[in-house]
Amino acid sequence: MSDHHPHEEAATMSPYAARIRAIEALLLERGILTEPEVQDRISYMESRSPANGAKLVARAWVDEDFKERLLSDGKAAASELGIDPTHPAEFVVVENTPEVHNLIVCTLCSCYPRAILGRPPDWYKSFNYRSRAVREPRAVMREFGFEPSEDVEVIVHDSTADVRYMVLPMRPEGTENLSEEELAELVTRDSLVGVSVPRYAGS
Amino acid sequence: MTFRPGDRVRVRSAEKPGHVRTPGYLKGKPGWVESVIGEYPNPEELAYGFSGFPERPLYKVGFRQKDLWEDYDGPADDCLYADVYEHWLESGETT
Repeated sequence: MSDHHPHEEAATMSPYAARIRAIEALLLERGILTEPEVQDRISYMESRSPANGAKLVARAWVDEDFKERLLSDGKAAASELGIDPTHPAEFVVVENTPEVHNLIVCTLCSCYPRAILGRPPDWYKSFNYRSRAVREPRAVMREFGFEPSEDVEVIVHDSTADVRYMVLPMRPEGTENLSEEELAELVTRDSLVGVSVPRYAGS
Repeated sequence: MTFRPGDRVRVRSAEKPGHVRTPGYLKGKPGWVESVIGEYPNPEELAYGFSGFPERPLYKVGFRQKDLWEDYDGPADDCLYADVYEHWLESGETT
């Protein structure tokens, strides 16, 4: 099985990576998984990225009817834009408004809308973020450079079970003349998790 | 389906070893049913290779941050939603 990941030497592998490699080797050896299945899975995951989320958000900003569909059935809305949301979990989009700001976390592990956005950032999986996002969400957002005012209700969503959440941020002011593609470029991965918001500095 | 949106509930304080989807910080805490998400195979069974059937009702449950953390440093309206399976909930009226 050493040809499977030729770039990684055992000596430089973390203990977790070494364990995964060992389990993977056993699964392949016993015929429970095949090499093409593993490669397919890797390709699937690498084909997902925050750009998908940005596309959904930008469309929602310019098309009110699409926004309603995105909020009521996230998977169907993703399919409309050619984003294949195939995944056993539900996909729910929560909307930021002048009154409400949403923040997503998975305290138990690292649940994340991978079928849409790909792999979560490392900090999302850290104990630090997972424990503090539920207990002091405002302090966490401040560290990301964003501070909702005291009259905005902060709602934390702990994705504990079968739903994966994404935030629909508010469209920044002054962006009336931007195209849908330009709007999508303002949408950062952090803003889809809710630790930050899209910003527009002007032309 | 035992609970309806708006019902007061409390997360059971039960200890259960192994794979559970109810985080410890919610145990014993009062909240409300925000919505019914649906019915899903029980992940606590799926994790060990069982079928997970019968499916269990899953609720989106809301909590006031001030009810979760005594020293919560933020406005009283701040809240938290978590997805909680029915077998982890009891009626909030009777306790």
